[in-house]
Amino acid sequence: MSIVFYVIAGLSVAGALAAVLLKNTVHCALALTLAFAGLALLFLELDAQFAGFAQILVYIGAVAILVVFAILLTRGSETPHETVYSRNPLVGLVTAAAIFAVLGWAVLHSSQALPGPAGTPTAEPQVTVMDIGNALMGRYVLPLEIVALLLTAALIGAVIVAMHEKEAAR
Amino acid sequence: MNPLTGYLLVAALLFAIGLAGALTRRNAILVLVGIELMLNAANLNLIAFWRYGPHPELLTGMMFAIFSIAVAAAEAAVGLGLVIQIHRHAHTTDLDAMSRMKG
Amino acid sequence: MIEKADQVFVLLSHWLVSFLPSALQPAAAVLLSVVAIIVTFPALFAISVLLERKGLGRMQNRYGPNRVGPFGIFQPVADGVKALIKEDIVPFRADAVVHFLAPVFLVVVVFMGYAVLPMGRNMTLVNMDAGLLFFFAIGASTELSVFMAGWSSRNKYSLLGAMRAVAQMISYEVPLLMSSVAVVMITGSLSLGKIVDAQNRYTYGLPHWYVFTPWGFAGFVLFAIAAMAETNRSPFDLPEGESELVAGYFTEYSGFKFALFFLGEYVGMMGISGLAATLFLGGWSAPFSWLGWVPSWFWFFAKVMLAMCIFIWVRGTLPRLRQDQLMNFAWKFVLPLTFLNLMVAGLWRFMGEGWLRWLVCSAILLLAYTLMGRNGMRSDHIGPRSYRYAD
Repeated sequence: MSIVFYVIAGLSVAGALAAVLLKNTVHCALALTLAFAGLALLFLELDAQFAGFAQILVYIGAVAILVVFAILLTRGSETPHETVYSRNPLVGLVTAAAIFAVLGWAVLHSSQALPGPAGTPTAEPQVTVMDIGNALMGRYVLPLEIVALLLTAALIGAVIVAMHEKEAAR
Repeated sequence: MNPLTGYLLVAALLFAIGLAGALTRRNAILVLVGIELMLNAANLNLIAFWRYGPHPELLTGMMFAIFSIAVAAAEAAVGLGLVIQIHRHAHTTDLDAMSRMKG
Repeated sequence: MIEKADQVFVLLSHWLVSFLPSALQPAAAVLLSVVAIIVTFPALFAISVLLERKGLGRMQNRYGPNRVGPFGIFQPVADGVKALIKEDIVPFRADAVVHFLAPVFLVVVVFMGYAVLPMGRNMTLVNMDAGLLFFFAIGASTELSVFMAGWSSRNKYSLLGAMRAVAQMISYEVPLLMSSVAVVMITGSLSLGKIVDAQNRYTYGLPHWYVFTPWGFAGFVLFAIAAMAETNRSPFDLPEGESELVAGYFTEYSGFKFALFFLGEYVGMMGISGLAATLFLGGWSAPFSWLGWVPSWFWFFAKVMLAMCIFIWVRGTLPRLRQDQLMNFAWKFVLPLTFLNLMVAGLWRFMGEGWLRWLVCSAILLLAYTLMGRNGMRSDHIGPRSYRYAD
């Protein structure tokens, strides 16, 4: 395992931890951006160039800004009166720790069953954007059309949900 | 250690952190932040399995991850729109204060 | 000899790197190119700042700066020295870490965009297969830096400027991407090197640049409009409107941090001009085939400076748009036209060679522009002017 992987993974995990632990919500959003950037670098490390750049474009360029706007529009950046955690945070922590334990155990105990002996690298898949385009228009054309429909519905839905109600003025 | 195992462990850790955030924070927006972290961890899993799996030329993992990114962005938009509308109505985003169905 | 002049920087880089052991050579070559970019573009920034101030001055019927050297040519040096020695004031209640990181983030992100631009034959820093996507992904990150700057100042006017700027930037990002998708569609690749190679052909001495086709011309105009809005340039500079919001999201920045924002803005403008030159104006290819003896990097930088002159010219000429006017313009005029442009580009591709496709494509675009411009942008709130006198 190379040093690059450890550095980028450490960055992502640090960003994620900061995103759920910090008190100031805008700082949480910026730490989330750091986690997204770390994940994009991990995708690039895994030779998934298109997915990495799409992650930067969509998540850092759009979702992070959306989260920040929502925080500003709901005045989340003011200091809260009580603590920022809910009434019993212990239940959530125990659940998350249990899930991590189960997943970690499953991953570590199945490493003998994975194809290819540990340590020999599999060949780098040479994926060009043209292959992705051909796949999207060939094998995955039905999911593409469904995602297009879903995104249109989400766009219209988000506009309607967030619109100012006209009856409130009367 | 297998490189695939390393990536899967990182994804599991991110998922657990996201889940902890979604379950323990009061602010509704930070719950959505936790959900986004969980979705990202799942994407990392998909890409790691695509890279180290048997048939990377079929592009299954990469396609799944790209669709997941698109759908997650749409879901974040709608979710945050809902949070903004709830704030307009109840003047708070505190989930513990919104414990009644009656508006 | 012509070959040598064209490849002079590549040969220089190879010669300098050959002194090192061969294990370090690829890293050293990349490092050398990075240093070259970091040195060249701020120098061009200094030239373009001077050009802007003198140019705007002449357009506004006054001299620009003319004290610091003959015709004011050392003004950028004076500006640089001033920015470096000014006191760096951070507001008391400002968020110090984010306040510091915002200009740093902007400058880093803006310089990263130059990695994929083909500045001459064989002169791309990283020849990526998805180069255009990389540029747009990196460009989308600048919005976050703008927001960080506005929010961390704890100043209502900065925050207002930042939110306006981010809303404007995300609105115009979709037309920016869609107008370049037409180019990608016709070329068949996202790689900027391949896009330039596809335009590097000549018929009867005239180049095959995409700007000389109907859909390419419309695409170039739409790309230019979106680029001006993305870089917060007049007539879209309400977020930094000097007569309105003091300086918008960088009100609370002084000294070197302000200089970094300024640098980031102009270097970003040059980056997006470079992209426009690559996508529509043929990148490093010469305008006529008999001018092919001039080095390719000269043509690239000439096109970038031409685009900067157009930016400055438009700033001096057009009035500023109001926020709702510019959002209206983006979503109701520019975006539908970019979609139509995409369809016209497809029609162009499948109609086959000949004069008919020129006629049909130009007719469709002109008709759409006239109809949408006349009917779509007419506002219902404008009526006959009425006067009310004070009693």
